[in-house]
Amino acid sequence: MTEVTSPATPRALPRLDLDAVGAIVLAVVWISPLLFAVWAAFHDASGAISFDLSAPWTLDSFRTAWAAAPWPRYFLNTTILVTITLAGQLVLCTLAGFAFARFPFPGRDVVFVLVLLQLFILPEVLIVENYAMIARLGLFDTIVGVGLPYMASAFGIFLLRQAFKQVPKELEEAARVEGCSWAGVLWRVYIPAARPTYLAYALVSVATHWNNFLWPLVVTNSVDTRPLTVGLSLFGAPESGVDISVISAGTIMSILPLLLAFLIFQRQFVQAFLRVGIK
Amino acid sequence: MSTSATITQRRHALYGWMLLFPSLVLLSLFAFIPTGATVWASLFTRGTSRRPSEFAGLDTYAHLTSDPVFWKVVTNNLLYAGVSIPLSIGIALGMALWANARIPARGFVRTAYFTPTMLPMIAAANLWLFFYTPGIGVIDQITGLFGFGPVNWLGQPDTALWAVIAVTVWKEAGFFMIFYLAALQTIPPELREAATIEGASRWTYTRRVLLPLLMPTTLFVLINALINSVKLIDHLFILTKGGPNNASKLILYWIWEMAFAYFDRPHAAAMTVFVLAVLGIVAAVQFRLIDRRAHYR
Repeated sequence: MTEVTSPATPRALPRLDLDAVGAIVLAVVWISPLLFAVWAAFHDASGAISFDLSAPWTLDSFRTAWAAAPWPRYFLNTTILVTITLAGQLVLCTLAGFAFARFPFPGRDVVFVLVLLQLFILPEVLIVENYAMIARLGLFDTIVGVGLPYMASAFGIFLLRQAFKQVPKELEEAARVEGCSWAGVLWRVYIPAARPTYLAYALVSVATHWNNFLWPLVVTNSVDTRPLTVGLSLFGAPESGVDISVISAGTIMSILPLLLAFLIFQRQFVQAFLRVGIK
Repeated sequence: MSTSATITQRRHALYGWMLLFPSLVLLSLFAFIPTGATVWASLFTRGTSRRPSEFAGLDTYAHLTSDPVFWKVVTNNLLYAGVSIPLSIGIALGMALWANARIPARGFVRTAYFTPTMLPMIAAANLWLFFYTPGIGVIDQITGLFGFGPVNWLGQPDTALWAVIAVTVWKEAGFFMIFYLAALQTIPPELREAATIEGASRWTYTRRVLLPLLMPTTLFVLINALINSVKLIDHLFILTKGGPNNASKLILYWIWEMAFAYFDRPHAAAMTVFVLAVLGIVAAVQFRLIDRRAHYR
């Protein structure tokens, strides 16, 4: 997963001692809700509940779940949402991060602290007034309306400022001597140098907004804008009257893309979370 | 100062503000103005079609603090934070120590710990619903083996909040583990060798060497966990809806309910101001840490 540097002690085969047993037991406990959901999704409700290992495997739950909600639309909405949110974040945070890293001007530090405050003034907490603002802008029930409050991300600005600050001044000066404009310097020198930061931020952003729920719940009101998480919550609500196997199938379906992406690109995801956390 | 230097300075300032402009507009629209508007809204009465809202000063706050539900929600959130934060950090540390040791199936172990982090909380809640179902749920089936009767985990006031806390810990621990794991890998193995030579027990080594070295990570994780203890409520929508009888209602859910189910904007605003004040204190502490700790640079 992460860059695994084994301890420098002489290499020995891993032993199955008490630690290993504890670690593996905890791992099985931790993954079990997911395993049970998979079990339930592939059996009918009574087979799922009884844990009868001889219960017949079936895909019926998936068929029922798939037919019960406009999943393709939800998938599309979520994909559009994470794409435009990320695009907005990359552009805005690059510009702002560049300003904070390389343009000294009076008042900059005060503005920077103001920006950092947004790390604590969570969009979730301001949900009522943000909703009023979105309504005023005429963006209620639009996907842009879901993404917009997150685009000027203080976190992204902070990360890119750090990354840009680490670029040696000489590189920039050399480019300037060659006649590069500020925009050119940004595009040719700073952005390429910050590539790992961009990648990490992008992965974390996609994972976050793919999973986001409360704000989309408030802003969306129709099938055409509702993301997967909101669709899944409507689907899984007890009053919708679907059984445990069908709920499991729907849940598995909707988490599958991100889960697969995670299993394939595990190392990148973990390093991304680390990088944005620790830098 | 020469004129050309002044001109350069002015140009820099102009560029700086131009580059910042789009972000500042959005931050104003969705952070600064809403913050002010929230404070403002909390000072007015709730308007109805017959009676327009009027200035009420701090009346809403007085109402709020005399409302037993307010105290219930605050107590719930304190309990939620007070239990889930130490528990998830403690488990995260244990996970990291194990995931960093040379054990068989280490890849599986790490993946298993971290996977919940990648799931939407809504999906996590759906999975756990299955565990908590009275009588037929996994937990009751297991406790049933030991002769315990079925328990309506989500449906009774004594257990609902704890059931919600369990889901939070499950979701958060693997995330925090990552930071501990990274920190552990930067600790030179010579320290352990030295401790072993000195005859220090494993517990002494952990307490005297590891934990102090992990302190910056713990602070970072703690700040994150504090913020999350306000933010993480998605599972309430599936598991309990804050019930029964407000037993598992947390502050942000209450704000949502006030604003979007009961359309009581002043009370939602007053509660929001309260949360912002608490987060402001966390922010102040955090900024002092940023000044002090190279860890954050």
